[in-house]
Amino acid sequence: MSKLYDNEMKLEFSSKTSNEAFARVAVAAFVSQLDPTIDELSDIKTAVSEAVTNSIIHGYGDEDGTVKIEARIYIDTVQIEVSDNGKGIENIEMAMRPLYTSKPDLERSGMGFTIMESFMDDVKVESAIGFGTKVTMKKKIAPKVIEKIDDNQNDENNIKNILEA
Amino acid sequence: MISEYVKESKTLILKVTEEIDQHTADKIRRKLDNEIEIYSPKNVIFDFSGILFMDSSGIGMVLGRYKLVKMLGGNFEIINVNKRMKKIFDMSGVSRIITIREEEDEHNEQIV
Repeated sequence: MSKLYDNEMKLEFSSKTSNEAFARVAVAAFVSQLDPTIDELSDIKTAVSEAVTNSIIHGYGDEDGTVKIEARIYIDTVQIEVSDNGKGIENIEMAMRPLYTSKPDLERSGMGFTIMESFMDDVKVESAIGFGTKVTMKKKIAPKVIEKIDDNQNDENNIKNILEA
Repeated sequence: MISEYVKESKTLILKVTEEIDQHTADKIRRKLDNEIEIYSPKNVIFDFSGILFMDSSGIGMVLGRYKLVKMLGGNFEIINVNKRMKKIFDMSGVSRIITIREEEDEHNEQIV
């Protein structure tokens, strides 16, 4: 039976903020096989950083836990799941509202979900109190069209040459 | 972090050279506050040209320092911000409060 995805990776790491850089760089390295632009990669790194930070400081807080990342490539689209087994989100709608934060004392701005939604094509949040939270994000990596433009240019030149001949 | 104080104009230039996320924010914040409190400057320029990555942790960091500088009676501005950082500051409303200058060249971001 053929698989629904073309490639897959899974990561598990301790809920320590020191792993944030590792997580976003690992996902970016996996996505780089789709030949993304620097901007697309930075978008993904930023979104992953937000989701991982949420799992660590809101999902687990002062408790130790494990954050999981699963990333899959479907043709030209990458789907990234960031999940934890932390305390869960009581009100997802409120948590996703711009500037809402449950931790203003940590200088948290409440912009995490807004940034994920702005930098990715699709963001879905599932959560159960006492069981954890899963954030699923998707982004389509635009095909590179540079060669094609060159071809068109050549065609135009060819036609010009033929007409002028 | 690199900091430079210009005595004549009482200007403190702060240049952070690390990636800003939840993990690094706390340490950077303490260093910045320390510099600001030492000089009690009239102008603080926060130079972003050495920052290769910033997530939403940067919002709180900038707003917190802005408040401190204002409280001490100084001016605060941010320079050399790239497009993505500008977007984050625009979305969160930071740009409506703080003067932000974008960088001229855009070759500032790390690839992986």
